[in-house]
Amino acid sequence: MEWTSYLPPLLQGAWVTVQLTVYSTILGAVLAFAFGIGKLSNNWLIKGVSIGYIEIFRGTSLLVQLFWLYFALPIAGQAIGIDLRLPPVVAGVLALGLNIGAYGAEVVRGAIQAVPKDQYEAGRALNFTPRQAMWRIALPQAVPEMMPTFGNLAVQNLKDTALVSLISLGDLAFRAENIRNFTQDSTTVYTLVLFMYFGMALVLTAFMKIAERSVGRWKTAGR
Amino acid sequence: MLFGIHWDTSSDLAFAASILPILLRGMVITIEATVLGFFIALVLGLVLAVLKAAPTRIVSWPALVVTEFVRDTPLLVQLFFLYYVLPEYGIVLPAFLTGALALGVQYSAYTSEVYRAGLEAVNRGQHEAARALNLTTTRTFTHIVLPQAVPRVIPALGNYLVSIMKDVPVLSVVTVLEMLNVAKIIGDRTFNYMIPLSMVGGLYLILTILASAGVRYLDLKLPKIGIPLK
Amino acid sequence: MSEPIIKFDKVVKRFGSVTVLNELDFSVSPGEKVTIIGPSGSGKSTVLRILMTLESINDGVVWVDGEPLWHEERGGKLQAASEKHMHRMREKLGMVFQQFNLFPHMTVRRNLTEAPIRVLKLSKKEARERADRLLEMVGLQDQADKYPHQLSGGQQQRVGIARACAMRPRIMLFDEPTSALDPELVGEVLNVIRNLAEEHDLTMLLVTHEMQFARQISDRVCFFDRGRICEEGPPSELFSEPKEARTKEFLRAVVDPDSAKGEKQASAEG
Repeated sequence: MEWTSYLPPLLQGAWVTVQLTVYSTILGAVLAFAFGIGKLSNNWLIKGVSIGYIEIFRGTSLLVQLFWLYFALPIAGQAIGIDLRLPPVVAGVLALGLNIGAYGAEVVRGAIQAVPKDQYEAGRALNFTPRQAMWRIALPQAVPEMMPTFGNLAVQNLKDTALVSLISLGDLAFRAENIRNFTQDSTTVYTLVLFMYFGMALVLTAFMKIAERSVGRWKTAGR
Repeated sequence: MLFGIHWDTSSDLAFAASILPILLRGMVITIEATVLGFFIALVLGLVLAVLKAAPTRIVSWPALVVTEFVRDTPLLVQLFFLYYVLPEYGIVLPAFLTGALALGVQYSAYTSEVYRAGLEAVNRGQHEAARALNLTTTRTFTHIVLPQAVPRVIPALGNYLVSIMKDVPVLSVVTVLEMLNVAKIIGDRTFNYMIPLSMVGGLYLILTILASAGVRYLDLKLPKIGIPLK
Repeated sequence: MSEPIIKFDKVVKRFGSVTVLNELDFSVSPGEKVTIIGPSGSGKSTVLRILMTLESINDGVVWVDGEPLWHEERGGKLQAASEKHMHRMREKLGMVFQQFNLFPHMTVRRNLTEAPIRVLKLSKKEARERADRLLEMVGLQDQADKYPHQLSGGQQQRVGIARACAMRPRIMLFDEPTSALDPELVGEVLNVIRNLAEEHDLTMLLVTHEMQFARQISDRVCFFDRGRICEEGPPSELFSEPKEARTKEFLRAVVDPDSAKGEKQASAEG
């Protein structure tokens, strides 16, 4: 069989992979900021929940989390009479976003803590509220510091999307396995698929570099 | 029944207690795959790092591309590639070994970068001082550069050991009976996924906390007096 | 006049498109103390780094103690030197670095004994005795078991000097040895170098911005500009009545009391 005939189904799968990556990265970014800032909160409840979230999702395996959401959660729902059966897409985006968000939260926390103390002192001297000091002074300086690591996490997330094929979501890895099953032409299929992932990663990296540059102007001159 | 051990579904507690020994058998496989995969990553990463540091571009450039390629493609697909493609070239490995190899290949891209950063962090003045004192290249490497590079490298490598452990469940797709696969099989047969999967989550938490503590302990114990780590 | 111990013969050094040394001719007699001064980027440090074989040359020949440093005579012709040849040549030279470059993972004493044991093949006992004598010379006998980061910058540089001396070189190269130091620590390092200059017949080549010190210890001062020696002579002449316009300009700039360098120098003298 001609290898070009594999392309249409693989491209369809790649499109699913792209969508999964985009949605879960956005979800992950939101969670990262929420819990990263939450971990620095003075409110013990917010701080405790943030630490719990970060530790659980960083401390266990992504595939365990995915299976738990997809296989175990519906059963828990059944027990309390709520339908918690998630469509594979939702389970996938949720698991990927929750997982990458926990790693991102640590990055956010680290970057905020790396903002020099005298910046906060300057903020206090100008009578900013703590919230203003966080949003107006600390975060704009911290974001450029997070960007390189965020770039790595986004690529990590793209690679992790392959795991959703295991809950029968039709992404690139899933289509590859199907074609291999059908044609037994494993070398061609998997070589093709590896290069497609590589290409997507390069594009994603380029996007993250652009984003990095566009927030670079926030960087303080002193660092 | 799995590994010759029966489960007891009379109550949730009895069920959990009866499957714990089965999950622990899976955990042993998880740990074995982690250790073997890490070892392969350490060796392969060193090879890549040396190639990348080669003075000629004919050698260093392909090594850079390979690193980038391996780092940018999913472990799952690499695993399938090795699992299905190697036999076509007459290399038939047990699933466990193929899995450990895939882990090692994927993480060699990361460890090679760790080695490189560690060596580059030893500043040029150190090489120049060694040269001015007429120390040989070998002696400079083993007694001046390495002792300063190793303490910087160990914590990063340790973190990748923990990452490898969390990636082991991927090997379940090629029938390796690691912890998650065992839990999934129990779930498939009893229609109770909640308990085994949650237990695996808990066991993973314990494993990663212990491993991270181990890495931190090792980091504290390392002789790094006077070595600037930043 | 005796045969020069260092001789640069039309030496050219380029970094990319920038020519740092432009057909430099330069020689030093045995036992002579020579100070090199000049604006930054004039190639002062490069002269020392070429002598220590840290930087290669693009053209010309460097002679050290009657032998070419970067070349070997094979079949009557000068060819690029082997590592073995340079290893032998380096035994004649020692260097003190601007950033000290002490080995941070070794104690002060081990910094001083590592090379004598490994390179000169001294016994541990001999190396230790030599190290302790040198530490006494630089006034750090009680710091032998400390690590470099536990010492002040001035102390670290004194260890750097002792470490270079431990190899018993015939030529000592000092590459801006006090430039990385706080002003109040400059004096102690200069004193050690001064004692070294007065008590030994070492050949010394010093790159520095400490003009007063250069005047005190050198037999000859060379003013470098744009990769060549612009003017040279005994310090009394060069500092008091420089002939070249560029020398005058440079000296006026560095002794200007309003500039930062002037302050640094004043406190070092005090």
